[in-house]
Amino acid sequence: MATSEALVPRRRGGLSRRRAITFYLLISPWLLGFILFTAGPMLFSFWISFQDYAIVNPPIWIGLQNYATLLEDPLVGVSLYNTLYYTILAVPLAMTTAMVLAMLLNQRFRGIALYRTIFYLPTIVPVVASTILWMWIYQPEWGLLNTALKMLGIPGPGWLNSEAWSKPALVLMAVWGSGGTMIIYLAGLQGVPEQLYEAASIDGATTWQRFWNVTIPMMTPTIFFTLVLGIIGSFQVFTVAFIATNGGPLDSTLFYMLYLFRNAFFFAKMGYASAMAWVLLVILLGLTAIQFAIAPRWVYYEGERRDTR
Amino acid sequence: MRSAARPSLVVAGQRSVIRLAHLRRRVNSSAIYLALVALSVVFVLPFLWMVSTSLKANRQIFLFPPEWIPNPLIWENYPAIFTFAPFHLYTLNTLIITVATTFGSLLSCSLVAYGFARFEAPGSRILFMLLLSTMMLPSIVTLVPHFIIFTRLNWIDTFLPLIVPSYFASPFFVFLLRQFFLTLPRELEDAVAIDGGGVLATWWHVMLPLSKPALGTVAIFSFLGHWNDFVGPLIYLNSEEKYTISIGLRVFQQQHSVEWALLMAASTLMTLPCIVIFFFAQQHFVKGIALTGIKG
Repeated sequence: MATSEALVPRRRGGLSRRRAITFYLLISPWLLGFILFTAGPMLFSFWISFQDYAIVNPPIWIGLQNYATLLEDPLVGVSLYNTLYYTILAVPLAMTTAMVLAMLLNQRFRGIALYRTIFYLPTIVPVVASTILWMWIYQPEWGLLNTALKMLGIPGPGWLNSEAWSKPALVLMAVWGSGGTMIIYLAGLQGVPEQLYEAASIDGATTWQRFWNVTIPMMTPTIFFTLVLGIIGSFQVFTVAFIATNGGPLDSTLFYMLYLFRNAFFFAKMGYASAMAWVLLVILLGLTAIQFAIAPRWVYYEGERRDTR
Repeated sequence: MRSAARPSLVVAGQRSVIRLAHLRRRVNSSAIYLALVALSVVFVLPFLWMVSTSLKANRQIFLFPPEWIPNPLIWENYPAIFTFAPFHLYTLNTLIITVATTFGSLLSCSLVAYGFARFEAPGSRILFMLLLSTMMLPSIVTLVPHFIIFTRLNWIDTFLPLIVPSYFASPFFVFLLRQFFLTLPRELEDAVAIDGGGVLATWWHVMLPLSKPALGTVAIFSFLGHWNDFVGPLIYLNSEEKYTISIGLRVFQQQHSVEWALLMAASTLMTLPCIVIFFFAQQHFVKGIALTGIKG
């Protein structure tokens, strides 16, 4: 980032004022969009969270009532638990899978592009299509998974129809879709300088030692980045559960965003849904802040390399 | 362990060590290759199962063990989905939305990115940090207010809530294009400026032609993003003749919940354009992600 500022020559007087005006004119679409579609709606949402509001009637100020209800609402607790459960499993598993795939792809094999394509493909499939596909794979009697288990003589669980297996089933779908993270890791791996590996080899490091002492440290900035975004994304898991289970069975896949969606668009409780959204925003801000605070302990930035390119 | 070995023995020993290392490397790389093949089979199997099921009649679906290549191949599921639901209409709607949003994204994001890449002003750094931080903002916070605003504007059941925001630049694409613009040499822009060309002329005649690969990446991401979008159309579109493919497929799934062959045919059809686009533009994906991913 530092290079960009260095590239822009500093000029003084009228010219720099003209350039400043040009800058603001050029970025005006984003700035306007930020005000109209992000900052404005956020403030509006915060205000709505103190109202009883169903759109058809004018909003009624009820103070902190929505937040008080939220604390006592058992389904908020259930949906937060489900979301946490899903995040704790899905994020690390998908990241590990992505790293394994990226390591495998970071080799000189013929036809490596084909394998890269295969691993990436699940992420470009429309979520609706892939969810319907997985519903068929998980179908207890005739689905691919239980058929395969049956051939091995193992009776398969009910997957999406089972309270115990519904969340792991959705986690598995997330792991199948880890190709996006894989490409990010692959790009990171190809940025690790070859000399580091050579130096490690000369020092007698084994493959495993090279992985732990060269690859992983050099990859920590990328891992950190995908962890932060992965958690934020995972806390908003919605579409798969909406289509595959609609929260069931027995609320076992009622995720936070699904419950928020129901409150907003089925029960028309706009104030309550807004309060829920703000609670989640605070939770995510807290989690992200903690991650940034812990980051210096494990994320390795090599001073000069950070700003190249 | 030092022995007073004669030189020839030492050489022979070294040779066998080297041979052993070669052998180990070959065993290692075969193991890696095997793992690669095995994992790719696991990843691709769901797709094969989808296509296979879409070519089956009902009685073939419930065979044990399952047939991977259906005998006979039943093609009738594909025309059948069009008689059950107006998928041609859904496709047209989706195309209108995708093309309009992709055009809007390219236009607005390249302008904004040009500003951030080449111009400095009081507050420009802070604004860029703000732009980056909005990339992390969970969209859940703006879901309800957006719906209320668009309801007030009477935009419900039109394409406008899905299209208009893309004309106001999305942070991810701005970031991606800015990163690309920074890699371009400034000489050409200076030449245009000396010839009396304005900022917009430079943007149009220099930056955009030089940035075709990055613009291609943005176009593809934008296209796929809107082609696959589910939550937006779910909230804003009510009448069937306005449905996009993803909503149409969802309704189709609810109506034919156990007709797996039909559902798999519909899913295959919806997936096909994405896969075709991906195969034609693979490099764009990898480069685009590398451009933004590395920098974090």
